[in-house]
Amino acid sequence: MRLEANNISFQYSRDGRKILNNISFHLDSGERLGLMAPSGFGKTTFCKILAGYEKPDEGQVLMDGKPIASYKGYCPIQMIWQHPELSVNPRLKMSEVLKEGRRVEQRVLDGLGIEKDWLRRYPGELSGGELQRFCIARVLGEGTRFLLADEISAMLDLITQSQIWGFLLEEVKRRNLGLLAVSHSKELLERICSRMIYL
Amino acid sequence: MIRQKKGWNQRLFLLCCAGIFIAALLGITAAGAMWEEKALQTDFSRKNMAPCIQYPFGTDWMGRDMFIRTITGLSLSIRLGLFTAVISAGIGAVIGVSAIMGKWVDGVMGCMIDLVMGIPHMLLLILISFAVGRGFWGVAVGISLTHWTSLARLLRAEALQLKESPYVAIARKLGKGWGYIAGKHMAPHLLPQLLVGTVLLFPHAILHEAGITFLGFGLSPEQPAIGVILSESMGHLMMGRWWLALFPGALLAAVVMMFHVIGNTVAGVLNPKQAHS
Repeated sequence: MRLEANNISFQYSRDGRKILNNISFHLDSGERLGLMAPSGFGKTTFCKILAGYEKPDEGQVLMDGKPIASYKGYCPIQMIWQHPELSVNPRLKMSEVLKEGRRVEQRVLDGLGIEKDWLRRYPGELSGGELQRFCIARVLGEGTRFLLADEISAMLDLITQSQIWGFLLEEVKRRNLGLLAVSHSKELLERICSRMIYL
Repeated sequence: MIRQKKGWNQRLFLLCCAGIFIAALLGITAAGAMWEEKALQTDFSRKNMAPCIQYPFGTDWMGRDMFIRTITGLSLSIRLGLFTAVISAGIGAVIGVSAIMGKWVDGVMGCMIDLVMGIPHMLLLILISFAVGRGFWGVAVGISLTHWTSLARLLRAEALQLKESPYVAIARKLGKGWGYIAGKHMAPHLLPQLLVGTVLLFPHAILHEAGITFLGFGLSPEQPAIGVILSESMGHLMMGRWWLALFPGALLAAVVMMFHVIGNTVAGVLNPKQAHS
């Protein structure tokens, strides 16, 4: 499977700066691609467009040659957001948050170090790193083909970072997922990715 | 878990207060409903009596027991308040939440909210009550149609914010429909707001009922309503019959305050952020 973006341009307001200008890229299943750029260069925006959260002003995003808008229901391209606190509903227990993902396997929960006890808590009772594991687990359900990781480890300590990335790489390999890792840490991307692009 | 839990924390205290207040309000409502006949009883052998053990609130110039009249009036106010608060909250909820259906709908609803909010409450209330023909229904319709605006605005803001929130966007991408999102993501935020808003509408509704009745556009004079009692007592205050206004007024203030405490307690209990205080 191949996820590709053709000549994408995007700006938030009509008279604003062009965040993305004529960008093209492709990502194949089983490939680990690193995306690097300084702050404010539209890394997150690019991920949002690829995952279908935003529509590009020009250009299109295709998966297997079909526009991503044509995939109804569960989107095969899933994005992990940078801020886990904003990505979960503060009034839902963690077990409910996990249930939103499509049949997430126990293996995934174990691999991410999610403890049974956490499932009974509300998001406010977990730390950012703990919440991020839930956000990662949630998008690793059945039907995910491409994973967009937008600065997912910026708030984690080094040990947790390596634990989570170790598991993610293993999972990507096992299920032959395509991975786009976004970061401004060159060292991290060089370690986990097979190819790099710069915005 | 560092701090040892105390047996008597603030949360428990508030809950107890709210429980006692709810019981008191229910008591007043029930007692007033039972005494409706008694409140109209005149007895000229006991007129103009100052507060004493037999008549704790005194009697008026027609020998009516002011304690029973006050309780009956409050009972009527509470029942009217319940009715109008529920209707108002219903209107507020529908108009507020419908804002998420799109820009056009939101524009129309926002316009309606501004329109009703722009006219002074009391003026609109008098107009509607007068048009409907005063009396119980005049007041009920008037209050119901004027008090929903602030709640509608609150719910509208909250619903719009929820609609744009990342977790709703993520749920959409995870293949969840709007029905699921309304039930799982929106309801847990909006229902507590709605409940608290409804309870806090009560004191407003009761005060406006008393106000409009006091001005003579509300309940009819023979009904033992708080507004009627207060406006009648005006003429007698000059003659030193202070008890005619003081006790009904104080009790009205107490009822309003009780509703306020109950509303705030409900708000605190339903908010998981405050679950540990």
